[in-house]
Amino acid sequence: MNSDVFAPWEDPQAKPLIQFQNVTKRFGDFTAIDNLSLDIFEKEFFALLGPSGCGKTTMMRMLAGFETPTEGHIMLGGQDIDPIPPNKRAVNMMFQSYALFPHLSIWENIAFGLRRDNMPKHDLEERVEEMLRLTRLTQFARRKPHQISGGQRQRVALARSLAKAPKLLLLDEPLGALDKKLRQDTQFELMDIQEKTGTTFVIVTHDQEEAMTVASRVAVMDQGQLMQVATPDRIYENPNSVYVADFIGDVNIIEGRATANGEDTYQIDWAEGQAPLTATSANGFAQGQACHLAIRPEKVTISADRPADAINAVQGKVHDIAYLGNLSTYYVELPNGTIIKAQTANTRRISRRSFTWEDPVWLSWTATAAVLLAD
Amino acid sequence: MRRAFLIAVPYVWLLALFLVPFFIVLKISLSDIELAIPPYTPTLDFSQGWSGIKEFFSQLDFENFVWLTEDDLYWKAYLSSVKIAVISTFFTLLVGYPIAYGMARAPVEWRPTLMMLVILPFWTSFLIRVYAWMGILSNEGYLNQLLLWTGLISTPLTILNTNTAVYIGIVYTYLPFMILPIYSALERMDESLIEAAEDLGCSRVQAFWLVTVPLSRPGIIAGCFLVMIPVIGEFVIPSLLGGSGTLMIGKVLWEEFFSNRDWPVASAVAVVLLLILVIPIVLFQRNQQKQTEAEQ
Repeated sequence: MNSDVFAPWEDPQAKPLIQFQNVTKRFGDFTAIDNLSLDIFEKEFFALLGPSGCGKTTMMRMLAGFETPTEGHIMLGGQDIDPIPPNKRAVNMMFQSYALFPHLSIWENIAFGLRRDNMPKHDLEERVEEMLRLTRLTQFARRKPHQISGGQRQRVALARSLAKAPKLLLLDEPLGALDKKLRQDTQFELMDIQEKTGTTFVIVTHDQEEAMTVASRVAVMDQGQLMQVATPDRIYENPNSVYVADFIGDVNIIEGRATANGEDTYQIDWAEGQAPLTATSANGFAQGQACHLAIRPEKVTISADRPADAINAVQGKVHDIAYLGNLSTYYVELPNGTIIKAQTANTRRISRRSFTWEDPVWLSWTATAAVLLAD
Repeated sequence: MRRAFLIAVPYVWLLALFLVPFFIVLKISLSDIELAIPPYTPTLDFSQGWSGIKEFFSQLDFENFVWLTEDDLYWKAYLSSVKIAVISTFFTLLVGYPIAYGMARAPVEWRPTLMMLVILPFWTSFLIRVYAWMGILSNEGYLNQLLLWTGLISTPLTILNTNTAVYIGIVYTYLPFMILPIYSALERMDESLIEAAEDLGCSRVQAFWLVTVPLSRPGIIAGCFLVMIPVIGEFVIPSLLGGSGTLMIGKVLWEEFFSNRDWPVASAVAVVLLLILVIPIVLFQRNQQKQTEAEQ
């Protein structure tokens, strides 16, 4: 195995840092986390991704110690941490609101956790300075939180939670309050800091782009359950369910019935009077089984004429065009009313665009471009 | 024009309701006692013209202020008032803080009700409530009856007409002024700050002292001033609940006015009291100002 690739989850010998063992959490009648098991490894940058109310924040609060599982156990480094209060855990959290102490300076905010450990004065000062350098905050050390910008506050929160060198750092929607440009810069900064410190990061987010950018693995959650846990590229390219395919990025979903017509190759009958589509899948499908074909818009080619060698080709007319600057998304309406999205890079000037509204076009994609999913 | 008018309103208010009365009191404090109506001399007589006015000013002197320093009753009364005010403010804080904390931590839907309960006593006359305390604290009062009945004591406790009764009365009366500013400071506090403190290694108690208390400090300071300033000049509570041993400047002031009918000395007492109170009032204003600045 290539030792350069960081993938402890594929190594059966690797010991996970965190283990959720059949964890269930209920608040009254409401089940926030439903019998969930999950391993997170050391040095991972793990993202919990899902819509609001899916239970991702509850997972994080259980790791921090603010909630305890109703059933099951959470292990940290092989030790059951359920009875350990938050102030005794080698886990630190960066709060969504940052929760900086408004009455303390930036310096004192970062020193706060170290002072609780009665760290010697000299070591403490050194550690705080180190954190200030790491987050490029040295010149703001004497200011109070209300005297710095949102992006700087975010870095203070990060420095404060990293100061105690926790085994595990939890980040609750860490970039939610930043504007888009700053968020992108900060994402790379986070990855950088994670790499430098070697700390295990668990990040909670509802922003799939953010999760894809920063994380080594992403867990997509819905209604207290894990839908899929995999690397960002696998989540995107090989979603295991319609839910995941739909939640991550843009996707065309075509419903149909699968019939095997070769090794790992299926033909999908999807509409009256339309030629069947062809897709490959390693998962077995029964004869005539209902299925969903998920195709990413960027994997659909749009052309004026039918491409000669295309396995899957359908005809329609341009219903709408979304111009995004670098990309254009064409909404193509098929004769039966289905809308298929096709995305192309705008390599040419917009005035020289080949298609416009109501133009008849052909959409085509290869057999491996689409993912065949059971219900 | 309109702006000038708007600015003029508070100044006219201040002039009519503070400065004019103050100068009248100041003038009386510089006068001499006289068996007449009004009971002081000189009075300004414009019919004499310019010489009358000159005569008037020549008769004013600081005799009464000198007198305040000669008789030790006065400075002892001032000192004792400040002492009682400081001690009772401390006890009000001790009782008020937990109440405010409990209110701020209560479920949101309960808070308006709790707030109402704190303000409710204001709906009854202050005087009636103080009289009610006399009924509770007297030798045959409800408190002694209860304690005798439970067998905790065998002879009634003397509480009424002692300083203890004064403290109880002050703490009871001024409690809402302590609770409300502290409550408003605590209620605004972000709950996640406490979680952050715990996450960084604080126990619950440490988090309270290191985060909750410093963040409610403006509320504590405001509450303390709101209690202490009026208590220094308090008259009703010490005269109804206190005894002969309770020395407070408000009581002295009242006696000078109504028992001795010595308006000039009483006015001098009032002027000095005002000067003493100016210090905490200015400090209070600075605290409020700093708080508003911090919130911006």
